[in-house]
Amino acid sequence: MPNPPAPSDPQLYDPIPDPRPIRWPGGKTCAVWVAPNLEFYELDPPPHPRRKSWARPHPDVVGYSHRDHANRVGHWRMADAMSRHGFPGSVSLSVALCDHIPEVVADANARGWEFFSHGIYNTRYAYDMDEAQERAIIEDSIATVQAATGQRIRGWLAPALTHTPRTMDLIAEYGLDYTCDLYHDDRPGRVRTASGDLISMPYSLEVNDHYGFFIYNMSPREYARALIDQFDRLAREGQNSGTVMCIPLHAYLIGQPHRIGPFEEVLRHIAADGRAWITTAGAIADAWRTGGRAGE
Amino acid sequence: MSLDPSYLEYPHRRRGLDHDLFPWSALHTRPPITWPNGKRVAVVIVISCEFFPLTPTDTPFRAPGHMQTPFPDYRHFTARDYGSRLGVPRLVEAVAKVGAHASFAMNSRWAARFPDLARSIVAAGHEVVAHSTDMNGTIATGLPEADERALITASLEVLHAVTGVRPSGWLSIARSQSWNTPRLLAEAGLRYCLDWVNDELPYRMTTPAGALVNLPLNHELSDRQIIATCQQSAASFKEQLLDAHDWLDGEVDAHGGRLLPVHLTPYISGLPYRIDAIEQLLVTLASRPGVWFARGADVVDASGA
Repeated sequence: MPNPPAPSDPQLYDPIPDPRPIRWPGGKTCAVWVAPNLEFYELDPPPHPRRKSWARPHPDVVGYSHRDHANRVGHWRMADAMSRHGFPGSVSLSVALCDHIPEVVADANARGWEFFSHGIYNTRYAYDMDEAQERAIIEDSIATVQAATGQRIRGWLAPALTHTPRTMDLIAEYGLDYTCDLYHDDRPGRVRTASGDLISMPYSLEVNDHYGFFIYNMSPREYARALIDQFDRLAREGQNSGTVMCIPLHAYLIGQPHRIGPFEEVLRHIAADGRAWITTAGAIADAWRTGGRAGE
Repeated sequence: MSLDPSYLEYPHRRRGLDHDLFPWSALHTRPPITWPNGKRVAVVIVISCEFFPLTPTDTPFRAPGHMQTPFPDYRHFTARDYGSRLGVPRLVEAVAKVGAHASFAMNSRWAARFPDLARSIVAAGHEVVAHSTDMNGTIATGLPEADERALITASLEVLHAVTGVRPSGWLSIARSQSWNTPRLLAEAGLRYCLDWVNDELPYRMTTPAGALVNLPLNHELSDRQIIATCQQSAASFKEQLLDAHDWLDGEVDAHGGRLLPVHLTPYISGLPYRIDAIEQLLVTLASRPGVWFARGADVVDASGA
């Protein structure tokens, strides 16, 4: 594929929201999926010409060790809370974690969680990759997750949210079903690529724990309130057409001792509400497809 | 457009971590720790005693809280000195009210500027943790090894001379280290540092000069992070720390003793409108069964790390 031109509109989806109603299984109004980012950040990664990996010169002790908390402490605290309330994870995975700390990946797999790729490391960025390089990280992702978990990845969240103009075409060509990189809707939708359609799976920046705590500077209880408000509204609007709520998490944030308690109250609220279809990204993609909205 | 081929090579992609500073270990798989007297949650209060010179040197970087305006920045110099002059005594009193012993992370120049206060802190049974020389004494890659060694030595010698005790613990400014720091701290005879925030109990680092323990002083639970960076109130800070205690206490039966670090900054927490919330936090913690107010060195001892 040649380098695509730089358009003013990526032209990946229809600007007008699809008016046809979505019906989720069991009459539920809001499909809720939790997306733990299971990541590995390198202490001393090679420099990328367009983006620094750490705020300080390496070693960035706080930057690195804060994230390392996830793989020593936070993951199990977060995952246990999810399991207690019946929430599976759909994992945004730095696939090199399979090599470095397979215990975390094995734990998620044993809980029945689904995996999609979030690149090799969250310290390696896709900007400026040529086609062969981008194919290499996709093929690496597919093979690494398959070997570690027996699962074939179905989705993609670009590493550290870094893309190239051909990312969507390539992941569709490799047979992936969904992308988590588009934030234009509360419902899944069709994404047009040169290699066929993808499904846009609603992820979220706005209720991502990273945004909650470090963009909006919320306290743990304020963040919990925001998640409950987000759910209550989406569950109400979902009476007309089913909605999706994603809760994107980082265990080094939500798994801190002052945050996990208020967060567990969110899981309790959603599980008790009765309107939530608590599921995975892959199941949402399948249900949306069954509704006849792909390839039309 | 293409990246250098080396960008897609991963020389450290292997089992374990991508460096040799310490091994990976999951908290919940370790043998449970039992604190002295059957206590459940060790609360380590660390109070940073900082001296900000009027002229920042920025070598290798400018410390958080340092001067900001064109010279002379009387505004920030005096506001920080307020923390030392009035905030520290308020915090000392708050700690005394609950009968706690704390760890005071002192710039050596702070101790030399307030020697009677520093000595009274030691006399009250608190620990002195070495916290560099002054707030120009930052460490990062780029600081020559000889300069870093001299900085560590100067900090320890002055703190020893002023307070009569030689610290066994070290807190880097902004928790920032160079690649050499763990080795240089071990060479200087220090037993532990408080810089790495990746765990919730002390663990052993590996340096070419021998072992060094890291006591994780969670920056997420500090007044700097919650009040200064995230702009939350002192009341919210208190609530968040108590929520953290609730959660940690709930893990004890299944997993053993837990650690709640409380990192306080005198010019942040030692203000008249915030100190009541800090006192209430300490009083509430003191009223909870199983809380052990401990100095950093006590926790390192009891952890067996």
